[in-house]
Amino acid sequence: MTARPPIAMLAELTHRCPLSCPYCSNPLELARIDQEIDTETWKSVFRQAADLGVLQLHLSGGEPASRRDLVELVQAARDAGLYINLITSGIGLSERRLNELDAAGLDHIQLSLQGTDAEMADQIGGYKGGFKRKMQVAEWIKAIGFPLTLNAVLHRRNLHQLPRAIEMALEMGARRIEVATVQFHGWALKNRDTLMPTREQAREADTIVIEARARLRGKLVIDYVPADYHSDYPKRCMGGWGTTGLNVTPEGKVLPCHAAETIPHLVFDNVKETPLHKIWYEGSAFQAYRGTDWMQDPCKSCERKTVDFGGCRCQAMAIVGDANAVDPVCIKSPHHGALQVQADAHACAEGQDLIYRSAPGKPVPETVE
Amino acid sequence: MITADDIPFLPRGVRVHRDRVRDAWVLLAPERAITLDTIGHAILTEIDGQRSFGEITAALAAKYNAPAEDIAKDSAGFLGALRDRRFLEVQP
Ligand code: SF4
Ligand code: SF4
Repeated sequence: MTARPPIAMLAELTHRCPLSCPYCSNPLELARIDQEIDTETWKSVFRQAADLGVLQLHLSGGEPASRRDLVELVQAARDAGLYINLITSGIGLSERRLNELDAAGLDHIQLSLQGTDAEMADQIGGYKGGFKRKMQVAEWIKAIGFPLTLNAVLHRRNLHQLPRAIEMALEMGARRIEVATVQFHGWALKNRDTLMPTREQAREADTIVIEARARLRGKLVIDYVPADYHSDYPKRCMGGWGTTGLNVTPEGKVLPCHAAETIPHLVFDNVKETPLHKIWYEGSAFQAYRGTDWMQDPCKSCERKTVDFGGCRCQAMAIVGDANAVDPVCIKSPHHGALQVQADAHACAEGQDLIYRSAPGKPVPETVE
Repeated sequence: MITADDIPFLPRGVRVHRDRVRDAWVLLAPERAITLDTIGHAILTEIDGQRSFGEITAALAAKYNAPAEDIAKDSAGFLGALRDRRFLEVQP
């Protein structure tokens, strides 16, 4: 099938991060600093992306502020004509650096929230003093006037803090809050016993969001990612695999989605060797699940196939062991029932410790199964 | 609902952009890129944070030789949706 140009690009500038959230979406094998592509390569990638049709650039990580050339990269992306969103924990941003980012043309900031008080946030982020610092950064952001989205990541341990998170978004002057229930990819898969919300929590969050949306209409936009395993239909994958977005890893590999490396038979091209245009239109990883031709039943004959594109390939891989299978979250999947039972079992597991994300170059901690 | 006296403006982080690859005008905003049709583009480029919605529709009516009420009616839904997403504000 012939693809249309992509709209968004996620640039994972680095895997380095002062925090070590146990649900980090980075791969278990983290890129080291000496593997990261350099400033000039990123600049070229931004220009190529704009030429390809990308409008929105998300600068992410790890913590993008860990890159010393962040301001220079923002400037280059803006010169290329991109709309730039910085996805950050706030750690590593000083007032001076924020002013420099402002001058360089940064359009929007998305600030992550690990918890609504220091006790929760610092425990989840694994970084003492992080919450206090984040609140300081939020004040600077507000003073400069950057448009802000607060990104609250929720799971069993902190879902009860959702009402307070919404209040905090208002206090910070955010125009938007993303209420994101943890999705089980990357490091989160290791922590399902501690992070899986209960069914009741998931329903309660639905109610809180519906109520707050009505109450705060025109004041605060609430985007909501509900608990996945407790749903009947899977989430739409990236707006369709290879149709709207692409990811570039710190080493320059180009992925159709951030978790695509968990599908072992896919091969990824690198911006160091191949032009972005060619990767998008001809790269085998992008062609693999583009459109609907790859599908088998039940998706193949399903009326929702262009709604959710069969759900998440990485989830099918992780849970069913077959990236071509229907997403096991789907009620039409033969694995749906088992997944719900499994979700409930994770949700009531007790006494497990969090397994924190490690640092680049450090070994991956063992999972206790 | 936006009224004739409201003075609309695009807040920081929301801008009209020429999409040279798709040969179209788009509105860029946090997490969104909205393709603009002729009338949407015409209205958004008139919005300057100075003039009221009524003045803007009157100006467009003269320019396109169409009744101002029709322009106001056709664009109110679009502008209302932008306002709900906080892509458009009115002067306090
Ligand atoms: S395959 Fe899954 S993880 Fe990857 S983009 Fe699609 S939904 Fe997300
Ligand atoms: S069968 Fe496939 S296409 Fe149909 S709803 Fe389920 S995942 Fe989506």
